Amino acid sequence: MYDIILPIRFFLRRRITILAVLAVAICVFTVVVVMTVMTGLVKDYTQKNHDFYGDCIVWTDSLVGFGMYEEFIDELQKTDFVASASPVINSFGLVQMNFGDGSAALTLMGIDIKRHIKTTNFAQTLYYRAAAPELAFVPEDENLSGCVTGVDLTTERTKRGTYIQKTYVPSYSYTITCFPLTPKGAIVKTGTAMAANSKIFHYSDNSNSGLAKVDSSVVYLPFEQLQKLCGMDTTAKRAGAIFIKFTKNSNITVCSAKVAAMWRQFTADNSNFALADLFKNVSVADWKTYRRDTIAPMEKEQIMLILLFLLVGLITVFIIFVIFYMIISRKSKDIGILKSLGISQTGVVRVFLHLAFMVGLCGSAFGIVFALAFLVNANRLEGWLFAQFGFQLWNREIYAIGEIPHNAGAFLLIIVAVSAMVACLLGALVPTLGAAKMKCVDVLRVNKL
Amino acid sequence: MTNSNNCILSCKNVCKSYKMGAGKLEVLRGVGITIGRGEFVAIRGASGSGKSTLLHILGALDSPDKGEVFFNGNNIAEFGGRKINEFRGKKVGFVFQFYHLLDELTVLENVLLAKMAQSSAFGWLTCRISAKKRAMELLERMGLSERIGHRPFQLSGGERQRVAIARALMNEPELILADEPTGNLDSQTGNGILKVFEELHSAGQTIVMVTHDEKIASGAGRVIKLTDGKIAAD
Repeated sequence: MYDIILPIRFFLRRRITILAVLAVAICVFTVVVVMTVMTGLVKDYTQKNHDFYGDCIVWTDSLVGFGMYEEFIDELQKTDFVASASPVINSFGLVQMNFGDGSAALTLMGIDIKRHIKTTNFAQTLYYRAAAPELAFVPEDENLSGCVTGVDLTTERTKRGTYIQKTYVPSYSYTITCFPLTPKGAIVKTGTAMAANSKIFHYSDNSNSGLAKVDSSVVYLPFEQLQKLCGMDTTAKRAGAIFIKFTKNSNITVCSAKVAAMWRQFTADNSNFALADLFKNVSVADWKTYRRDTIAPMEKEQIMLILLFLLVGLITVFIIFVIFYMIISRKSKDIGILKSLGISQTGVVRVFLHLAFMVGLCGSAFGIVFALAFLVNANRLEGWLFAQFGFQLWNREIYAIGEIPHNAGAFLLIIVAVSAMVACLLGALVPTLGAAKMKCVDVLRVNKL
Repeated sequence: MTNSNNCILSCKNVCKSYKMGAGKLEVLRGVGITIGRGEFVAIRGASGSGKSTLLHILGALDSPDKGEVFFNGNNIAEFGGRKINEFRGKKVGFVFQFYHLLDELTVLENVLLAKMAQSSAFGWLTCRISAKKRAMELLERMGLSERIGHRPFQLSGGERQRVAIARALMNEPELILADEPTGNLDSQTGNGILKVFEELHSAGQTIVMVTHDEKIASGAGRVIKLTDGKIAAD
């Protein structure tokens, strides 16, 4: 019982233990706050990618595209694991804004709105047509051709990052020019001049996908109209990609592998197709593999961060080691007394390891409570700092980050708390073993006092 | 001299030396004593004569370089770790010159610590009430019943030493070993402590007390004089 009562008394009545608790609490606070924010950002970014691209993509990097996409979509729809599939064209075009003096080469994305909103979360990214997403390409004047722009192309932001959406659909129009390609990849010519297809589109909405690059450079057009502009509407119609959504609770990796197998079979079955050569450029992957180039660096940063926090853990171990070394040096007389009362070496070890456990427990608890309190108020705090001093963690005019992630997962909290307690036990172990080996006669001898 | 049947503690030819730089300081040179049950023995000697070292060896806080110590006829050197701890905790009660109380504990907890040290968590739960009762009785006997909630630094030197005596008596040891129990006290308070020892002795308690003070030593029934690590008079 002494091994419980003594640590409690040492813990409550020795100021140095407050320092130890504080050291652990600061380390726990730092780890929880930074990991929550970083994990939140990575999670948010990967989720936005998933939302934008669906579960699986069949695509080609060639601007020529590939044919028989509708036939393959029909094949996909026959399976029990595909919920929906949507053909997509990714191209580039010259966009002249008719409401200003600007023109730019932008990414054009042709989507079949009815199928696309079933396959991705495009509907949730719209502003004016959020309630009726199938009308996304219908401008104010229903007789005109509509287009949806990435939100950053048409909408200004406040310094806090909030988009200043107009209460009405502005009457912007764009002249979009594309250079059609033959199935062999050459630019279509009329005589000796390059052919160019132009069409005026009227702004019908903007899309806020949360992906900075997409929102600042993509103009969405109706699939068939972009197909026409790009010259992909020949006898063998072509698309650039097929976005696929699987049924609920499907394993994305497994289903993507099934789609890949189906595609191999499909191309083998259709090897006599006139544009069968284009099948060679087509790949199939799940959304995460497809976006690996952008997601992997963030995940790598997260791993680097975890490694850095392992160093924080080592520092905690060292701090606890130093503090316990000090505690035990000051308590050598007490250790002598305990031994003179018949307490064994393991008894002495238990006393100080229980003390270390209490330090870890309280340090973790305080660190977690303060971290959660900080995270809950992080956005409010940042808002206040911005209002008072113009300070922002991220410039919202540049970064597509809404609010600072503040939901600390229970798993993270448990891992951090357990690690802190283990760090305390490890840090206290060496001085404690030293204490256990002390000879009581050495520390109790009068001339040693 | 003591009848061997009545002997509680004895040592034979005990030698002890400490390293002092390159040399060796011989503190005890073949000491042999026998202490009978119920005796009140004072070991007296000048500073550095080896009396505290002898007491530590008798109480198994230290081990001799040579020689043997017997408690109730058993050689202490043959005790294993568990038995040594049991010996220190249950058979012997130590009283030190500097009291050696734990500052973080109250007076009552300091006394109870001796019992706690010898009990498992479950054992403590079963004996907690009786242990507290005994601790209260001892503190009352020492005139400290009003001070049970105080911490050691709130007590005078004499009071602290009485707490230390209560702690030493907590497990009803067969032997009390006191190392200069009055050495840190003024003469009046020291006499008070001596009186406590005399009362314990008259109740049948065996006491071995180390002191350099002739007057205090004279309070004991038997005085062993130690000079340069050897018994000069018994």
